Amino acid sequence: MTLHIDIPEETLGSILAKAFRNRSFLIGFVITVLVVAMALISYVWTPYDVTKLVISDKTLAPSSAHWFGTDHFGRDILSMIMVGARNSIAVALVAVGIGMGVGVPLGAFAAARGGLIDESLMRLNDLVFAFPALLSAIMITAIFGPGAINAIIAIGIFNIPVFARVARAGALAIWPREFILAARAAGKSKTQISIEHVLPNVATLLLVQGTIQFALGILAEAGLSYVGLGAQPPMPSWGRMLFDAQTRMVVAPWMAIFPGMAIVITVLGLNLLGDGIADILDPKSRRQR
Amino acid sequence: MSLLEIENLSLTIGDTPILKGVELSVAPGEVMGLVGESGSGKSMTALTVMQLLPHAARASGRVSFDGIDILAATEDQMCALRGDDIGMVFQEPMTALNPVKTIGEQVAEGIRWHTKASRAEAEDRARKMLDRVGLPEAKFPLSRYPHELSGGQRQRVVIAIACALKPKLLIADEPTTALDVVLQAQILDLLRGLVSENRMGLLLISHDLAVVTEMADRITILRHGEVMEAGDTARTLSEQLHPYTRQLALASMHVPARAKAHSTGQGKPLLEVEGVTRDYPGRRTSLFKPAPPIRAVDDVSLSLAPGQSVALVGRSGCGKSTLARMILALDKSTSGTIRFRGETITGRSEAELKPARRDMQVVFQDPYGSFDPRQKVEKLVAEPLHVLEKKPTSAERREMVAHALHEVGLGVSDMDKYPHEFSGGQRQRLSIARAIITRPKLVVADEPVSALDVSIRAQILDLFAELNQKLGIAYLFITHDLTVARAIADEVLVMHDGRIVERGKTGDVLDHPQSEAAKALVAAAPDLHRAIARRMQEQG
Repeated sequence: MTLHIDIPEETLGSILAKAFRNRSFLIGFVITVLVVAMALISYVWTPYDVTKLVISDKTLAPSSAHWFGTDHFGRDILSMIMVGARNSIAVALVAVGIGMGVGVPLGAFAAARGGLIDESLMRLNDLVFAFPALLSAIMITAIFGPGAINAIIAIGIFNIPVFARVARAGALAIWPREFILAARAAGKSKTQISIEHVLPNVATLLLVQGTIQFALGILAEAGLSYVGLGAQPPMPSWGRMLFDAQTRMVVAPWMAIFPGMAIVITVLGLNLLGDGIADILDPKSRRQR
Repeated sequence: MSLLEIENLSLTIGDTPILKGVELSVAPGEVMGLVGESGSGKSMTALTVMQLLPHAARASGRVSFDGIDILAATEDQMCALRGDDIGMVFQEPMTALNPVKTIGEQVAEGIRWHTKASRAEAEDRARKMLDRVGLPEAKFPLSRYPHELSGGQRQRVVIAIACALKPKLLIADEPTTALDVVLQAQILDLLRGLVSENRMGLLLISHDLAVVTEMADRITILRHGEVMEAGDTARTLSEQLHPYTRQLALASMHVPARAKAHSTGQGKPLLEVEGVTRDYPGRRTSLFKPAPPIRAVDDVSLSLAPGQSVALVGRSGCGKSTLARMILALDKSTSGTIRFRGETITGRSEAELKPARRDMQVVFQDPYGSFDPRQKVEKLVAEPLHVLEKKPTSAERREMVAHALHEVGLGVSDMDKYPHEFSGGQRQRLSIARAIITRPKLVVADEPVSALDVSIRAQILDLFAELNQKLGIAYLFITHDLTVARAIADEVLVMHDGRIVERGKTGDVLDHPQSEAAKALVAAAPDLHRAIARRMQEQG
């Protein structure tokens, strides 16, 4: 059919206008901003000092003095969640950065070269992908010792094949297009074409994958801290707090509920954000909205 | 009485008026041609009859089909009509079929749905229908999948689906635009046969005046959603009372004015292709035997003089695009040599090819696909500058882009726009600007005008001719459209199954074709003069 209804390429303004009409984006965005703000505020102010142990105040129920209660050392749970957010966000962010930084060039390279190089790179990728994130993280921390840095590296390595795959799949769809052929006829090298033409056209895909991996990174960090391989005490982390709460579930349920909710809400917020971005940028969903 | 009657149909999508007071009728057994350029509302008219409009569309007026008021019909009533009494054939045979279902299932599906026939009965009828459209049992069992068929064969399946229930009305929206001329002639024959067998009404939508003239009893010419002229095909087109009708007819027969070509065949050839062959790995038939290769280009030799314009014509899949890519050093040849400006370019590395790339550029068919949607015109048009020895400064670059845009009839202000802000014809101008910015000696153009409307096509052909005169650029035109070859080329090469089967002066080859392949192409090519003459003759 000859239905050339041009989809208007959007300006930043029109994208933003659309973004804020999209409910899942809006909710996800607000939650994410709140979590990030919480982490930032914790650098300058927390209700209580999380490094100070006040044994006399241990396992206090939520009250006006301690909104979320205190833990078994008398530390304020709200303050710990705020400081813990730093850790979660930093780990997830750097891990996504590692995944993108290594995975995207790898995927783009594989797509550009094709043939045996592509095949062997992707199979190697599958090999890394076959290990569950937690398992590879345990392996790495077993070798290099526990700590936030090693958790970051472990989660980052797990992210590489994910981004490599997305980048490669997106790039493969761009490569046969005529404007790539035109660029080749203009004498551009494959690297140049990948940077100038291919990657900008798969950027939206990567952005959506990035938010999903960010959420997974937060979960993975919580999991690692839970088994004691993440951030080490006294640095509070959400996973570690859950671990501490485990044996005191009956006497002090707030110790588990609030960090648990922090994880759930953050992950939910990021997933909504990712869904929202995918909806806004996907031309197929455009007409319905 | 008319089968389909459209009276004073107006359509708006959002606030944009699409159709304004369209009048149209189709009688049983009649072929009505609906002609117009893209954006004229042809497809929207068809979709209104099918009630398959986008959600935001609002239609007013009257559309009656066989006594039923279509605009007032419920979705249930329409479901009963669609596919049963009204069939539809779309342009793109590649996407109109479901890739995971066999052709038998797809033809039988509609039969079972509308007639409550049993599976066996439906398959039986599907088989008969596929036989009728020229896909016999022996070669095309019901269990074939769409990907196993060629474009023309798929379009036959689409027609079989549309006609399986002997509809009273068939709407064909550009049914042959995606096919080469020989396939087009076959499909048109098939449609003509189905119309006369079943006294089916056919609403044939096309931008190609010659095709419609060959097929249609009556013709309606649409422009910007309004009917310009309607009536008997032969009379309308021979008298050409309406200025727009005349404009369309002139544009479809347009031949750019060219002074005698610069220097035909003198001096050293610019491009020499010697015995070039290209094999592609074929499909493995056994695990142990190597796959037999498919020969896309077979021992092709040709040469091109500076400033000369040569057309390479052939049916789709004959290897002409593969050959073009090898000439542009975008694809490697299996054997043979290609020399450009006396230097061998086969087997060279990308770095060694840089000087050659400066002198050869390319224009592609699809003005929508050949630009990166995320870059601005300045960057896009300047892309080939990258092969220059001395990198131009950004001011120089802007200057060169402005100059190139000026040469193709665009303005300096267009530099900061994105490609989607241009129409198809303007984008093709941008493609040409990009191709000439390095002042190349050779431009390879792969079906450069086949995606364009006739009036735009005429302008682009003029532009090609003008640049040939002004800059002395040699052209290699790749096309299946003989009118394009006639309009622009000094020499024609006819390619068939990977080989060049005929070559010579354009007039000689097209007027007195010698080889089978050339004869088939010439015979199948729609020609407006001929079609009008034949129509007149039929009516006496």
